[in-house]
Amino acid sequence: MKGAYRRLQSEVGSESLPLLAFLLIMVVAFSMATPRFLTTANFSSMAFQLPVLGLLTLAMLVPILSGGLNLAVIFTANISGLALAWTLIKFGGPDGGTMALIFGMAAAIAVGAASGWVMGLVIAYTGAHPILVSLAMMIFLRGLGEFLTRGGDISGFPDQLNIIGHGGVLGIPVPMIIFCAAAIVWHVMLRRTRHGFAVYMVGSNIEASEYSGIHTKRTITVLYTISGVICAAAGIMMAARFNSVRVGHGEAFLLVTVLACFLGGIDPFGGFGKVLPVFVALIILQVLSSGLNLLGANQHLSTAVWGLFLIGVMAARWIAGNLPFLQRGKIH
Amino acid sequence: MRLNSIESRLLVVLVLMIFGLSLASDQFLTLGNLTSLLNNNAVNLIWAVGLLVVLIAGGIDISFAVAASVVQYVAVFCFQALGGGNWLIGFIVCGGLGIVLGLVNAVLIHGFRIISIVITIATFNAYFGLLMFFSKGRFIYNLPDWWTDRIFIFEHQSATGTWSELNLAVAVMVVCVAATAFLIRYTNIGRQLYAFGDNPEGARRAGVNITVMQCVAFGWMGLMAGIAGLMQVNIVKEVVPNALYGRELDVLAAVVLGGARLGGGRGTVLGCILGVMFVAITQNGLNLLGVSPFAFQMIIGAAILIAISSSNVPVELKRFRWRGISPGSFRRADP
Repeated sequence: MKGAYRRLQSEVGSESLPLLAFLLIMVVAFSMATPRFLTTANFSSMAFQLPVLGLLTLAMLVPILSGGLNLAVIFTANISGLALAWTLIKFGGPDGGTMALIFGMAAAIAVGAASGWVMGLVIAYTGAHPILVSLAMMIFLRGLGEFLTRGGDISGFPDQLNIIGHGGVLGIPVPMIIFCAAAIVWHVMLRRTRHGFAVYMVGSNIEASEYSGIHTKRTITVLYTISGVICAAAGIMMAARFNSVRVGHGEAFLLVTVLACFLGGIDPFGGFGKVLPVFVALIILQVLSSGLNLLGANQHLSTAVWGLFLIGVMAARWIAGNLPFLQRGKIH
Repeated sequence: MRLNSIESRLLVVLVLMIFGLSLASDQFLTLGNLTSLLNNNAVNLIWAVGLLVVLIAGGIDISFAVAASVVQYVAVFCFQALGGGNWLIGFIVCGGLGIVLGLVNAVLIHGFRIISIVITIATFNAYFGLLMFFSKGRFIYNLPDWWTDRIFIFEHQSATGTWSELNLAVAVMVVCVAATAFLIRYTNIGRQLYAFGDNPEGARRAGVNITVMQCVAFGWMGLMAGIAGLMQVNIVKEVVPNALYGRELDVLAAVVLGGARLGGGRGTVLGCILGVMFVAITQNGLNLLGVSPFAFQMIIGAAILIAISSSNVPVELKRFRWRGISPGSFRRADP
């Protein structure tokens, strides 16, 4: 029994269970506070809102695990969304068929991957700090987007795109299905593949990994490219959700994605952390925001609560790590 | 200043840019353009020197621009309660509020031993969310006269009749820059800040008081954020709760461009000024050259990207030095 518990913990991460318990408490509290919380409508709207932030958080997750940060996630998503929008417009706008959509998505993913790849190359081969490189990339992409769109937005997409943003399969929203699939892929990538292992090693100690025969430069380039690809997926989903593409959409999510990663127990220095706790953390953020919204507060109060909540969680972790009777054979 | 330091390289690039721009545009090297360059960047530079101190101490601060907005908003109500206020009260109130907000960061970072980026992202969200919640996003135009009146410290009318002037923010900026330079170069605390940023544990064992260091770094950042908030209102004559949102990352990029290291222990006031000026002059030059304003950010981003990628590549005049291996390990024995 104890062994099974340990194995479960090592697979899902020791952060998951406390976070899940907290999530449960919060769901119970909100359901008691307002009758509208525990309804299908509310859960469905949460499942539609969460995935964009979720995909962007996945894009932020792996760079943080490698000891860096990708501040360009939002604008990579926007630029990819622009690539999609233009392809769709070129192929007839609302009348474009499924093929146009497939072309558009391919273009979006290519653009996302390209911007991630450039960032990865600069970080890997010049040794410049990832915060700075991704920050410069962010400023560049934001400027590029403003230059190309002149600050306006692009709309008029075929109906097929609507399915991604608003459709449902067996009552489960399509965005949520995509996000869950991406999270599972991320989990497998990090825990079961060579690349995932290399990411953890690079995050723990880049020089030691270099001397152990890990091609650190390639690992970094690949991980930022993959981050760019998932940004593109988020960009496509944003286009589908909002039915338009504008540079600056989702700008406020940037630091929230970092917040979600830290909340999910990703080590800010890199090397430690798992996907599932981050997934739970994202659900907590969404439940907080939806619950407060139903109670009559606005999004800004939720933002403040998110920030205070992160401080509370970090303080709780510190207390848990410093009180002797709570320590049970922790390694670090 | 060493020949190969980031500061001297940036200086060379800046001089070349200024030289090129003065040839390409006859408006660049005019008094009016130079003064407006200073006026427009005074607030950024005040923030930049504050952020520099935090970076030297090995931290990072994301919350300062939002903190400046909070200071502006709270200050409006403080001035009302104090019956109007004046510049002296303004500096005391805004500086004090800024220090308090900075110390909140310092206490959380030091108290719970949490890396500064986590805490400042949390306080960024908390400050901004609470500010927008309580202010409901309302602008405030009804400000005390002393606060919004223009004060010129320098005025000059050229032969063609155009006025060029420097406003009060520039004077405040100069004082802030000088005070920061004094703090980090000529005081004991400044040397301790460098030591602490370079190696916190080593500094602690050498007798540096870590608590004081965190409080000085984030307190100084808060003070600068508060003063910058005060001066920004003097320039724009209104208090807008989300006006400064998003400025933090641009300032961060400029400061790090100027040679301050993310990770601590390195950075100079000169580099900080050069970093801010590099971005400012690039933008100004593009403007004068008639480039579309929509392209500014794109070109600035590309310029920063190129600058940081090249600043880590060694330009060795005498001998090529292999990066990544500690100096000395492969060096020939000197005769």
